[in-house]
Amino acid sequence: MSDDNPAQTHQIGADVGLVLDSMTTALRGLCAQRHIQAPILIGIHTGGVWVAERLHARLGIEDPLGSLDISFYRDDFTRAGMHPQVHPSNIPVSLDNRHLILVDDVLFTGRTIRAAMNELFDHGRPASVTLAVLVDRGGRELPIQADVVGLRIALDAGEQIKLTGPAPLQLLRQGAAP
Amino acid sequence: MNLQLDDQGRLRHFLDIAGLPRDVLINIMDTAEKFSGVTEQAVKKVPLLRGKTIVNVFFENSTRTRTTFELAAKRLSADVLNLNISTSSASKGETLLDTLANLQAMHSDMFVVRHEDSGTAEFIARHVPPHVAVINAGDGRHAHPTQAMLDMFTIRRHKGSDFGRLRVAIVGDIMHSRVARSQIHALNTLLTGEVRVIAPRTLLPGNVREALGVHVFHRPEEGLRDVDVIIMLRLQKERMSGALLPSEHEYFQYWGLTQERLALAAPDAIVMHPGPINRGVEIDSVVADGDQSVILEQVTHGIAVRMAVMAMSMRSSGTEGAA
Repeated sequence: MSDDNPAQTHQIGADVGLVLDSMTTALRGLCAQRHIQAPILIGIHTGGVWVAERLHARLGIEDPLGSLDISFYRDDFTRAGMHPQVHPSNIPVSLDNRHLILVDDVLFTGRTIRAAMNELFDHGRPASVTLAVLVDRGGRELPIQADVVGLRIALDAGEQIKLTGPAPLQLLRQGAAP
Repeated sequence: MNLQLDDQGRLRHFLDIAGLPRDVLINIMDTAEKFSGVTEQAVKKVPLLRGKTIVNVFFENSTRTRTTFELAAKRLSADVLNLNISTSSASKGETLLDTLANLQAMHSDMFVVRHEDSGTAEFIARHVPPHVAVINAGDGRHAHPTQAMLDMFTIRRHKGSDFGRLRVAIVGDIMHSRVARSQIHALNTLLTGEVRVIAPRTLLPGNVREALGVHVFHRPEEGLRDVDVIIMLRLQKERMSGALLPSEHEYFQYWGLTQERLALAAPDAIVMHPGPINRGVEIDSVVADGDQSVILEQVTHGIAVRMAVMAMSMRSSGTEGAA
């Protein structure tokens, strides 16, 4: 994150806690509607794991939280090389025939989600995958949509949105002039 | 300029531990830690190096090193070609550079090189085009850096990341061992508390204390006392004919790692060996198969460490303007 011009970075007014509450309600409703019991929650490093931790507690899920680092599944290795810092993925239980809720902080091009799903299917064959994101900022380059969205924010070209954490969680908007 | 690093300090070729900074060694181990999880996936591979071609060029025989490099490349989804040069072109009189030119004409992206002459991997690295990376899989008596890194990874798994509180002993033929040389550089770079070498005078370079900053012992009974890690080196049987050693039996008698000698080390000491082991020569079977032995773990870790080194040094087409 670039803070060299603080005038161009400002916090987004929404209370992240309230957004997480509404995502929790939406996920409960969706699971009931789709007859999903005992889903497994998996967060994508790094921001997605922070969001998933909150949802995991709010939903009272018994299976431990999983985490994915998609560095080895990215589609830009041949252009960008390997990311210098990788975290271990941690999938604590078998995914075979289980319903998964995949969690990320910001949904943008959809490429991260594609990579995450490729990795998930190398760990097993889940019964279903539901996507929950804190923020949908638009700008999709792939046919991927989230099932549960906390906030929809239309950003101007060149603008970025970033979740800072792990505690407290704050959404920052940065880039183009205010 | 360091041939092994690019202008941003990232791995470019992997030729020798000497010359690599501590953070690169730590980054290799951290990346290997992540790759070791790939083996536990239902599908034991990742698509990272899909579409890349890796050629294992082995001018010297090796089963374990070649197969773990091959498996590492396959787990990264690269295409792998194994060339045993001693049985092909070299015997027909082709020069090293001609062989390489042919391999480059096949659009290879990486060479993994083993050769009986010191400096071969570096020589090749100086002659490849910018998009090709070179990894040293052992050159003469010079270096075997992936072996050293898998050993460091194994030590870190068992003893934690603070090497400063560790005493590590390397036992055996230091003189002819590229493994020992790379291990000592890695242990020093990782700021190991005390590095000891234990060897007969005939198998120890004269200046090892000054050149490599290690503590020298000539008797295992002295050197093994209170160490946390024991690394046994393979005794190459051909040394026996060169009047450096009397006999295998006598070597075992004076230098072999037995239960009694192991008992001198710290109670939770681990026993390592780069393999292949000579049972009853440098190590007693009871010790090699015992609770403190991590010799087979080393082999497993070799795959993850080699995946890390390959992924980190593979050129992306976006850097340096290389095609």
